[in-house]
Amino acid sequence: MTRQTTITETNSDPGFGVYIHWPFCAQKCPYCDFNSHVRFGGWDEPRYLAAYKRELDHVAALIATSANSRTVSSIFFGGGTPSLMKPETVGAILDHIAALWPVDPSAEITLEANPGSVEAARFAGYHAAGVNRVSIGVQSLRDADLKRLGRIHSVSEAKAAVEIARKTFDRFSFDLIYARPDQTLADWRTELAEALAMAGGHLSLYQLTIEPETRFADLYAKGKLIIPAAEAAHDLYELTQELTSKAGFAQYEISNHARPGEESRHNLVYWRYGEYAGIGPGAHGRIGTENAHLATSTERNPERWLDQVESSGHGIADTEHLKAEHRADEMLLMGLRLAEGVDLERLADIGGVTPRRAVIDNLVRQGLIERMPAPAEDLDDAFDEIRACIGPGLAPTAIKPPLPLGRIRATASGRFILNQVVLELSAAFEPIAAQASHTMDNLSRAH
Amino acid sequence: MTDISLIRNFSIIAHIDHGKSTLSDRLIQICGNVSNREMKEQILDSMDIERERGITIKAQTVRLDYKHSDGKIYQLNLMDTPGHVDFAYEVSRSLAACEGAILVVDASQGVEAQTLANVYQALDNDLEILPVLNKVDLPSADEDRVKQQIEDVIGIDASEAIGVSAKTGLNVEAVLGAIVERLPPPKGDPDKPLKAMLVDSWYDAYLGVVVLVRIIDGTLKRGQKVQMMATGGHYQVERIGIFRPKQEMLTELGPGEVGFFTAAIKEVADTRVGDTVTDEKNPTPEPLPGFKPAQPVVFCGLFPVDAADFEDLRDAMGRLRLNDASFSFETETSAALGFGFRCGFLGLLHLEIITERLEREFNLDLITTAPSVIYHLHMTDGSMVELHNPADMPDTVRIDHIEEPWIEATILVPDEYLGAVLKLCQDRRGRQKQLTYVGTRAMLIYELPLNEVVFDFYDRLKSVSRGYASFDYHIKGYEENELVKLSILVNDEPVDALSMIVHRTRAESRGRAMCEKLKELIRPHLFKIPIQAAIGGKVIARETISALRKDVIAKCYGGDITRKRKLLDKQKAGKKKMREFGKVEIPQEAFIAALKMDEN
Repeated sequence: MTRQTTITETNSDPGFGVYIHWPFCAQKCPYCDFNSHVRFGGWDEPRYLAAYKRELDHVAALIATSANSRTVSSIFFGGGTPSLMKPETVGAILDHIAALWPVDPSAEITLEANPGSVEAARFAGYHAAGVNRVSIGVQSLRDADLKRLGRIHSVSEAKAAVEIARKTFDRFSFDLIYARPDQTLADWRTELAEALAMAGGHLSLYQLTIEPETRFADLYAKGKLIIPAAEAAHDLYELTQELTSKAGFAQYEISNHARPGEESRHNLVYWRYGEYAGIGPGAHGRIGTENAHLATSTERNPERWLDQVESSGHGIADTEHLKAEHRADEMLLMGLRLAEGVDLERLADIGGVTPRRAVIDNLVRQGLIERMPAPAEDLDDAFDEIRACIGPGLAPTAIKPPLPLGRIRATASGRFILNQVVLELSAAFEPIAAQASHTMDNLSRAH
Repeated sequence: MTDISLIRNFSIIAHIDHGKSTLSDRLIQICGNVSNREMKEQILDSMDIERERGITIKAQTVRLDYKHSDGKIYQLNLMDTPGHVDFAYEVSRSLAACEGAILVVDASQGVEAQTLANVYQALDNDLEILPVLNKVDLPSADEDRVKQQIEDVIGIDASEAIGVSAKTGLNVEAVLGAIVERLPPPKGDPDKPLKAMLVDSWYDAYLGVVVLVRIIDGTLKRGQKVQMMATGGHYQVERIGIFRPKQEMLTELGPGEVGFFTAAIKEVADTRVGDTVTDEKNPTPEPLPGFKPAQPVVFCGLFPVDAADFEDLRDAMGRLRLNDASFSFETETSAALGFGFRCGFLGLLHLEIITERLEREFNLDLITTAPSVIYHLHMTDGSMVELHNPADMPDTVRIDHIEEPWIEATILVPDEYLGAVLKLCQDRRGRQKQLTYVGTRAMLIYELPLNEVVFDFYDRLKSVSRGYASFDYHIKGYEENELVKLSILVNDEPVDALSMIVHRTRAESRGRAMCEKLKELIRPHLFKIPIQAAIGGKVIARETISALRKDVIAKCYGGDITRKRKLLDKQKAGKKKMREFGKVEIPQEAFIAALKMDEN
């Protein structure tokens, strides 16, 4: 719990992240719905580098209109398979970012890597270019399952890549996919124990999900792919929490586990609803300008993105002006994924809304969310204190007591049905002024 | 005023898709009433729904001027009548306003049940029937077989039936000749007091209520003061006219003629189909026989999905009623669905048309509850109570016995599907009255309780016969039966809008099917939900929806929050459409879909 407090303290500033999307993969994985493309003829890497730089320039100019001063707290190369990039390309992009914004000396610079031997051989080059963390797509420690997941690496290659990462970088993480077809609790217990034994400070453990328009979705629809049902998936999830926490890897996000201080700072920017620039084909950004909060997304097709950047300076295909209510939804959606939960005061600041008290109470009663810190035993006691401070002469309606909103977070069981929890809360949003008047009602009644 | 011997009034009887509208269009075209440019397919069916479904809801007339081979110009009045059993009364009045009818039969498909019912009505009204075989140009046409069938089934001489193709116009002119030669002219006396039959009426935004009449005796003149004999209203005639199909104003209508008048009438409800219009000062001594006020037979609840639309729904229904007095509504409150209306309809098609128009023309999202019939509750104190809504069922100890309406249904079905149709009728508590053959098709006469028919009988009939069965019915009367109220409890709370009245022997299977269906339709919640079916306090079926175990996006990074937010928006919109009941969200489909269950 002490570590929990540490994260919360830093939460007042979620930071500013830069996301670079590299869209190419050696092969398309049957479960993956990310923006990835296979190009057997290769690609013109210097041309792409120039385009990344131009798009960075464009976003830098766009956000320079806002009054915020920004220091880059994290950079993330995701994909696709960014470990297909030449280390020089990565280095040149990092240099370009540093020329546009100040970069925190302790900034986290992560690159997603495939555990193939070719990629691992480039780890040293990435490190020299400035990358200080890799996230390796191990996915499974069973060769048969790697094959079923359509992966082209072997378990021994993955283990070798992890060892190279351990020697090369201060920090590294790897991903595993569980709740796979035919996976038993006993199988997963052994496999996860092996994974924990070879882990660094961070592990991402995802349940296999069937995403629309993937090969797996097709197989699943035809009944040729069977994944564990909700009940079994729930048991696997619980086992995962049990084993990881015993090993000192706290579940700080639904599918992410870290030793204290080893959380992915970049992903925390998303989950804490901070500001981030999304660069490259199919990348998403949330940025503030002079008078608007923007959601940006770029052209997904790599070649079209490239053409567009070259002709108009950026590949942004869609810019949405986020209204306060959109931002409230997004902040809730992301924030409840975290063990630290959501600061309702900040939600009220950003979105102008707060969930109806009765709905929160109901979810608390069902053991799906909890208040942090726990509220005063009796709300009236809290108001009595306020009144005591102000003095008896003042009518309650003349004062605006501070709203006792606090934080909420999903419990372990709430997190596993988070979509419903978020839906209940979001559907119960009411303007913050209405909340205040309820409070005043309570106050007058108590009086 | 036209010489009465030169007038012919006729209607066209046909099954859906047998070509009634196409033939009407051709007749209008040949008589030169519409230029080709104006010719829109199926001129007479002017409403979108009518055109889409190929059915006629309102009676309409067209006056044609036809120059016959004898050199004289005849006034032909074509009355387009509603062709569905729901509007049987309206059809009977339209037919009563004619001396003849063209019976259109598809030359490959033969006679259908719906045609039969209308032909019998025409024969009851002493109409001369002129058989026409349509679509004779199709390779599958078999004129001789269909002629034989008309003689066997309907019992009229079909030897001189005219073979036509309304689509290509082939031989349609011969139909016009036959109308003049074979249909009798109307009878009527211009010197007698005015006596006119009210055939139909509708609301026109420019003219107000437009009344369609057939003059029997006397003359209807502009400025005349008239009286409606059944409703007692007095009006001064403002305009008189005819349709060609465009409006054309006249100064008077004489005996045998068909046309419309307006008279500053405010509501369609003041003009009842079948009423007698007469002169105020010099009335006819006897009104026309056969007048009946419109009687709704099927009832259901209509509720706005969004409670805020209640007033809009009331306005919309008020506006529809302006034009359709046979549809009735009154405010209803349901614990499950909030404020809405209990509505009465002439039949299931009428119900569907009204709800479709409300949704389409007024852009309302509606929840429709299960259709119900009128039960007669005979109370222990000797009184009789009409029950329109199962939710209003009084305490059973006060009820001596319950009666329900029964229908007599005529079903025509190809032999190969007979078994399935017989089983369906038996499953619905049917009693077979007759089974005969018409060629290779079986003609079944069944008595069925109407409450077994209103749910989904027609859908089921279509599905078990692959769409080949045709069906028609009329109300036979009330019969006592052992009926009980089946209540549905969701999370231990009774859901009034899901309660229904069923026969005791069917209560258990129905209750079980209902619970199973609701289990499919209600999504898992954060807690366990029991679903029960009960008669009185006794639970007869039970299902449980387990609590939701997993609903989370496993991998959520890369910054694409937009997609997730849009998904959340959609879920929120869906949640708004749910009815929260005992903390359980019940989707609106449940209220109607739960009743459309397969027999098992």
